Amino acid sequence: MNFKALTAIALVAGLSAPLAMAGGADDDNMVINGDTDMTTKAAAAAHLDGALDEVISGWHFRSDETQQLQLDDFDNPGMIFVDKAMDTWNAAEGTEGKACADCHDDPADSMAGVRATYPKWNEAAGEVRTLQMQVNDCRVNQMGAEAWKYDAGTAVDMEAMISVQSRGMPMNVAIDGGAADTWAKGKELYYTRTGQLELSCANCHEDNYGNYIRADHLSQGQTNGFPAYRLKNAKLNGVHSRFKGCVRDTRAETYSPGSAEFIALELYVASRGNGLAVEGPSVRN
Amino acid sequence: MRLTIITAALVLAAGMSAAETVLPADVAYGEDGAVEMSLTGKAGDAAEGAIIMSSKGRGNCISCHAVTALNDAPFHGEVGPMLDGIGDVRSEAEIRGIVADAKMTFEESLMPSFYKTTGYIRPGNAYTGKAPTEELAPLLSAQDIEDVVAFLLTLKDS
Ligand code: HEC
Ligand code: HEC
Repeated sequence: MNFKALTAIALVAGLSAPLAMAGGADDDNMVINGDTDMTTKAAAAAHLDGALDEVISGWHFRSDETQQLQLDDFDNPGMIFVDKAMDTWNAAEGTEGKACADCHDDPADSMAGVRATYPKWNEAAGEVRTLQMQVNDCRVNQMGAEAWKYDAGTAVDMEAMISVQSRGMPMNVAIDGGAADTWAKGKELYYTRTGQLELSCANCHEDNYGNYIRADHLSQGQTNGFPAYRLKNAKLNGVHSRFKGCVRDTRAETYSPGSAEFIALELYVASRGNGLAVEGPSVRN
Repeated sequence: MRLTIITAALVLAAGMSAAETVLPADVAYGEDGAVEMSLTGKAGDAAEGAIIMSSKGRGNCISCHAVTALNDAPFHGEVGPMLDGIGDVRSEAEIRGIVADAKMTFEESLMPSFYKTTGYIRPGNAYTGKAPTEELAPLLSAQDIEDVVAFLLTLKDS
């Protein structure tokens, strides 16, 4: 059945007031700081054949006011946390007395392109690593410092600072080789209908993007904009925390940030965004 | 199961008011997913049904469906079809079946099963994200379902 058509009929019939009518992604263009053109719509990767033709940034589903905040770094409240992470980057910590900068110098050079390829298979470790896992590996094994708690402020702020160095580059996450098994596991999770409401990620973000569910305008649930500054909680939010919220909303027992399940899901969802520009930190309601 | 229903039917037929509530596992769905018999034997309250459909903490039906008669409650969704005139299009039994468990009528439906307590993957304790500590209750009670059905039957264009 075509519900958009039904909605259209309702409109013609003269329905008004509290109905949240909108339909689909808007046609605005994203240019950051007046100079960086961002790819916010792209042809879907081959592995999405039959699922999606086009992938669309979550930015297109937000209000004009919210969208605006992401267009200039002076307006983007997420940039304050990026600055904070820059200080952390330069601060020595741990038993080795080293800072990130001691090994990686200027992140504008060393971290350019990094965010676009994560999560990523690590051959030596024999595991798929998210960016936060990789940062923690450096902290523990190179600096002799403690691992940051998953999706906690410091970890997410650092992820945002590293993301900025790839802003505008297309997401390009590998799904083959060592990553293939984890990717398949993530895909299965994406299509599993969980909780007492029995809803899967796909039910909302593949079958119904562009539609309103109560007051929420559903996007494709892409991760290219993460970490995301949310007006709702006034801080940067990690991908796994977002997943957790979505799963909770199906009246399900959630997985934890940093769990094997969410690592696999992050890989899979990130791969659905291949071709979209890295946007982090994005601004969302 | 069947027996309970038959008993309830007999009780009803005998004109007794204190009919037994049909439990979620005992609801008799027809081949097309319709449920002929009232789940409580008590007439539904349409006004209460309207409240249930609009309330976030209860049916929250308007998160997916637009209903002109419920326009006092803000933000109607677009995930399901709009329900104006449903009382003309569908019988009481069909509507009861859809509200109790839409998957019996529409295979793989996106619509949650409101009168069901088993068969879930990783069910949680409401919206806490934690595992349930007690047996799951259905999303709506038997009387809630009857109230919603009564309300939907009032949605007639003619
Ligand atoms: C009941 C509906 C529903 C389900 C099921 C659901 N989500 Fe969401 N999700 C939302 C809503 C509403 C938002 C906020 C608006 C938006 O961006 O779509 C959201 C936002 C997101 C975002 C942020 C997108 C952005 O650009 O800011 C991601 C990522 C996401 N969801 C992933 C998932 C994943 C992965 C799953 C499954 C584990 C999932 N969602 C399940 C409703 C849902
Ligand atoms: C998460 C979304 C969602 C929620 C919540 C929801 N529905 Fe539905 N509903 C649907 C969809 C989708 C359909 C279309 C049937 C299908 O193909 O699955 C539907 C179909 C229906 C129909 C049949 C319409 C027709 O044209 O035959 C009725 C009646 C109905 N819903 C009533 C309700 C009531 C009452 C509630 C709350 C107690 C409710 N729905 C909650 C998604 C939802």
